[in-house]
Amino acid sequence: MHSRNADAGSPSIAILPTTLAKRCLWLLVALIGAACLGVVALRRGEPVNAIWLVAASLAVFAIAYRFYSRFIANFVLRMDATRATPAVLRNDGLDYVPTNKWVVFGHHFAAIAGAGPLVGPVLAAQMGYLPGTLWILFGVVFAGAVQDFMILALSLRRDGRSLGHMLREELGPAPGVVAMFGVLVLMMIVLAVLALVVVKALTHSPWGTFTVAATIPIALLMGVYLRWIRVGRILEVSLIGLVLLLASISYGAHVAASPTLAPLFDFDAKTLAWLLIGYGFCASVLPVWLLLAPRDYLSTFLKIGTIALLALAIFIAAPTLQMPAVTKFIDGTGPVFQGGLFPFLFITIACGAVSGWHAIIASGTTPKLIGNEGEARLIGYGGMLMEAFVAIMALIAAASLHPGVYFAMNAPGALIGNTVQSAATAISQMGFVVTPDELLQTAKNIGETSILSRAGGAPTLAVGMAQLLHNILPGGGMMAFWYHYAILFEALFILTTVDAGTRVGRFMIQEIAGLIHKPLQATESWTGNLLATAICVALWGYFLYQGATDPLGGINTLWPLFGIANQMLAAIALMLATVVVVKLKRQRYVWVPGIPALWLIACTLAAGWQKLAGPISFTAAAAKYAQAAQQGHLLAPAKTVAEMQRIVSNNQVDAALTGLFMLLIVSMLGFSLRTLIKAWNTPTPTAREEPYIALVSVTH
Amino acid sequence: MTRSKITNALHQAWRRAVQTARLCCGVPDYDAYLKHLREHHPERDVPSYAMFFRERQTARYKGTGGRCC
Repeated sequence: MHSRNADAGSPSIAILPTTLAKRCLWLLVALIGAACLGVVALRRGEPVNAIWLVAASLAVFAIAYRFYSRFIANFVLRMDATRATPAVLRNDGLDYVPTNKWVVFGHHFAAIAGAGPLVGPVLAAQMGYLPGTLWILFGVVFAGAVQDFMILALSLRRDGRSLGHMLREELGPAPGVVAMFGVLVLMMIVLAVLALVVVKALTHSPWGTFTVAATIPIALLMGVYLRWIRVGRILEVSLIGLVLLLASISYGAHVAASPTLAPLFDFDAKTLAWLLIGYGFCASVLPVWLLLAPRDYLSTFLKIGTIALLALAIFIAAPTLQMPAVTKFIDGTGPVFQGGLFPFLFITIACGAVSGWHAIIASGTTPKLIGNEGEARLIGYGGMLMEAFVAIMALIAAASLHPGVYFAMNAPGALIGNTVQSAATAISQMGFVVTPDELLQTAKNIGETSILSRAGGAPTLAVGMAQLLHNILPGGGMMAFWYHYAILFEALFILTTVDAGTRVGRFMIQEIAGLIHKPLQATESWTGNLLATAICVALWGYFLYQGATDPLGGINTLWPLFGIANQMLAAIALMLATVVVVKLKRQRYVWVPGIPALWLIACTLAAGWQKLAGPISFTAAAAKYAQAAQQGHLLAPAKTVAEMQRIVSNNQVDAALTGLFMLLIVSMLGFSLRTLIKAWNTPTPTAREEPYIALVSVTH
Repeated sequence: MTRSKITNALHQAWRRAVQTARLCCGVPDYDAYLKHLREHHPERDVPSYAMFFRERQTARYKGTGGRCC
C-alpha cells in the first residue's frame, strides 16, 4: 500500500525510550496520569479537588508530547534537523530570522492563545466538568496539536507559505478561493462574537465600562510617548500603562458609587453595541501607532501575566469543583447553549481543543522564525498543549463556582427572569439549589448590581478568578477589584482583536474591491480605505447588533455559528494535511490527520444540520416569531412588530450562513477527495515541497 | 558555577525574555537585523532603533492573521 522506494530514507530515531530508567520513568508518569484521570472521572458523590484535574492533564500532555508528537515528527512528517529552514535560507533580518526556539515558542503561544480558550470551556461547563475536560484532553492530543504541528511543518517545507497559498498549490486554485472566502466570513463572526462578549460583560456595569473606556486615553498617551518621547521603549511604556490601568480599576469603584458619574457609564446592550461599532470604525482608520499598537502591547503582556496569575491561583488555592462531573444537560436541554453533547460540546469548545484559526498563525509568522526543523515539534505541538492547559484552567475556574451562581450568570433572561427571586426559583427547579441572597451577595462581592444573564464566558471566568485570587490574597473589597481586573483584561484583549481584525478585513475587502475597480485597492487612498472599513464594520456590526437584541441573549445564538466556522477551518487545515501525507506517499499514516479531519467534518455537519432544521434550529426560531407576528402577538424581548420582523430576518440570515458553511465544507471535502484519490493512484510523490538543502551548506 | 557564570546566565535569560516580549509585539531583534545588514548589505545605511521600530510597527498590522480569537 505504500512505496518505500518513492520516499527514500526511513526514520532513524527510535520512538520508545532506550534505557530501563527512562522506561520506568514514563511508566510512572502514565500510572500517575491514569490514577488522576480515574479520580476525576469515577469519583461520585463527593466533590473532587481541581488539583486532580491539573495533574491528570499534565500527565496526558507529557505522554502525548513525548510519544505521539515524536511519532508524528519522525514518521509522518519526517522532520529533519539537517535540512535548512526558510528562516535560514531567506534570512532578511526582519521577517525571516532564525530565532532561539524558546523565543519562538513564546511568540507562537502569545499569538495563538486568546479569549477563545477562556470562553468556550466556561460555556461548556453547563454539561459538567467531565465532558469538557475529556474533549479538551483528547481533542488537543489527536486533533488540535496535530493540526498546528502539521500545518507548521508543511509551511516550513514550503518557504513559510500561508495556508491559503498551500491550499491553492496542493488542492488547486478553486479550493484556495473557497477556503479564503470561508476565512473572511469566519473572521466577521469571530469579531462579532468577541465584541458581544464585551457587551455582555459591560451591560449596566458603570465600573466595568469606565475602566474599559479609560484604556482609550491611556493607550493614546502610550502611543504618543512611544512615538515621540521614548521611541520603541515597549517595556517601559507598558509598565506605565499597567500602573494607569490599575489606577483606573481602583477609581472605577468611585465612579460606580457616585450618583453623578455612574449614569455617564451606565449603558444597555444596544447602546454598547453601537458604541463598539463606532469605536471599531474610528480605531481602525487611525494610524496604528496612536491607538492599536500601544493597546496591543498592553493586552499581550496582560494576557500572559493573567494566565500565569490564574495558574498560580489554581495551584495555591486548589479549589474543589462544585459543578457535578456530568449534569443532566448533556441531553441538550441546557440553558447556556442548546443542543446535545454530540455535536455541540465539540463545537462549543473550539480554541483549547482544536482551533482552525491556529492554522493561519502556524503558516504565518512562526515558520519564518524557526532555525531548525527539529524545533517545530516543541513549537507547533507543544504550543498547542499549552493552550489546552489554559482551557483546562478556565474550565476549573468556572466549575469551582457555585453551580447556582454559574447558571444565574449564564442562562438567558427569557428562562430565569430579571429578578434574583425568579432566577433563584428557576435555577433551583433545574436542580441546582440557590437562594436569592446568595445571588445578591455574589453581585455585591464583585461590586456589581446584578450578575444575572451575563453569558459570554468573561464575567463567569472573572467571578471564578476573583474568588480564586481572593482566596490567596484576601482583603476587604479585593474581590471586586479582581473581578474588574479580569473583565478589563478580557475586554482590552478583545478590543485589540476587533481593531486589528477590522484592519485585516479591510485589506481583504479592498483586495476584492480592487478586482472590480482598481483604484479602490490602494491602501493609502482615503476613499478606498474608509469605504472598505465601513463595509467591514457593517458586516461584523450586523451580527453584533443582532446578538445584543437577541431573544436568547446573543451568545446562545451566535456561539454555535462561531464554533461551526472555526471547526470548519480546522477541518480544512486537517484535510490539507491528509492530502499532503498521501501526496508524499506516506499513506499508511493517513489516519493521523485523516481521522480528526473526519471527526470535525462530522461535528460541523451534524451541528450545522441541527441549526438548519429541527427544534433548536434558526429556521424554527424564525418560524416561531413569524407565526406570532402574523397572529399579532409580541414575543419578548421584541416590543414592536418591526422588532419581531427583525428577529425573524436575523434568524434567516443565521440559517443561510449555516447552510453556506455546510456547503463550503462539503465542497472542500470533495476537492480534497479528488486530489487524494489521484495522489493515491500515482506511484510517485507529488507534494510540492521545496527541494532539500543541507543546513550546513548554508550556515557556513 | 562562578559568580560571573551566573551573571552571564541571568543576562542571557533576560535578553531572551526581552526578545520574546518584543517579538510578541511584532518587533524583531534589532541586533540580529544589524548583524544581518553588516554581513549581507554593508553598502546600506544602518537605521537607528527608532526608525527600525517605527517601520516594524507599521508593518505588523499590514498583513493577514497575526493573532487568534
